[in-house]
Amino acid sequence: MNCDEFVELVTAYLEGALDEATAQRFVAHLAECGGCDRYLDQMQRTIGELGHLTAESLTPEARDRLLSVFRDWNG
Amino acid sequence: MSSVDAAATGDALPSDVDIVARLRARDEAMFATLIDRWSPGMLRAARAFVSDEHAAQDVVQETWLGVVRGIDGFQARASLRTWVYRILINRAKTRGVRDARVVPVSSLVTADEDLGPTVDPERFRGPDDPHPGHWRVHPAAWPSPEDGAVARETRRRLTAALAELPARQRIVVTLRDVEGYTGEEVCELLNLTAANQRVLLHRGRAALRAALETYLTSGALA
Repeated sequence: MNCDEFVELVTAYLEGALDEATAQRFVAHLAECGGCDRYLDQMQRTIGELGHLTAESLTPEARDRLLSVFRDWNG
Repeated sequence: MSSVDAAATGDALPSDVDIVARLRARDEAMFATLIDRWSPGMLRAARAFVSDEHAAQDVVQETWLGVVRGIDGFQARASLRTWVYRILINRAKTRGVRDARVVPVSSLVTADEDLGPTVDPERFRGPDDPHPGHWRVHPAAWPSPEDGAVARETRRRLTAALAELPARQRIVVTLRDVEGYTGEEVCELLNLTAANQRVLLHRGRAALRAALETYLTSGALA
C-alpha cells in the first residue's frame, strides 16, 4: 500500500469498515511506515480533542422558562 | 449513548423507560436533569445548522418544548436521545431556512467537495520517483499536550476549524466526534448511507487534522 492510499482509508479502518484483505494491507503498511503511523496517531489525537471541546449551556433564563412550561403543562 | 457524555457529566442517566415514565408523571427534577445533560450537546449540534448562538438557543428551547408536547406520544421506536435529536434537527433546519443558512437534505449526499484527496498530493512522491505515492517528508511530530496554554489554543483553533468545514462535514463530525453518536445513529438521523457518512466524517477529520498541524508545527510554539 502507498501512503497516499493509506491516508484516505484511516476512518474506514477505525470504523472497522475495510474488507479483510485491505485491512491487512493497511496494517502491514502501518508496520513499515513511520510517516503513516504518525498520520494515524494525529488523526486519533484530532478525534480525541473533538471529544473535549468545551460545551455551551442553555441560558439560565431559558432553563427557567422551560421548567415553568413543564410545571404548568397538563398534557 | 455516548461514553464521552458519561465521562463529562458524571452519573449515568436512568434507562429510557424510566426517564419517559418520570416525564409523563411530570417529574420536574427529571426534566431539569435531562435539560442540563443534553442541552450543551444539542446547542453544538444546532450550531451546525443555524447562523449564531442566539438562534441555536432558540432551536434548543423549541426542541424541549416539542419534547414536552410529544412525550406522551413517544413510542420508543428509537432511543429517547435519538428522538430528541430528530426534533432538534427538524427545528434547526426550519430555523436555518429562515436564517438563509440552510442545509438542504439533498445536500447530504456526496458533492464535489467530497471528492478528491484529503491530503495535499504535493506531499507525496510523484510517479517518476522510485517510491511513488510515499511521503516526500513524513508529517512533523506534534508537541505533547502537556502545556495548558497550547492545549487551550489547540481547542480554540479546532473549534474555529470545525465551524469552517462544509456544512455536511461539520454536522457529521459534530455528531460523531464531538457528541459521540454512533455511525448508525448518524445515518438514521441524517438519512445517509454508511458509505456517505464515512466519506463526510473522514474528509472533516482530515481537514481538522491539517488545521491542527498548521498550528502545532508552525514554529510558533518553539
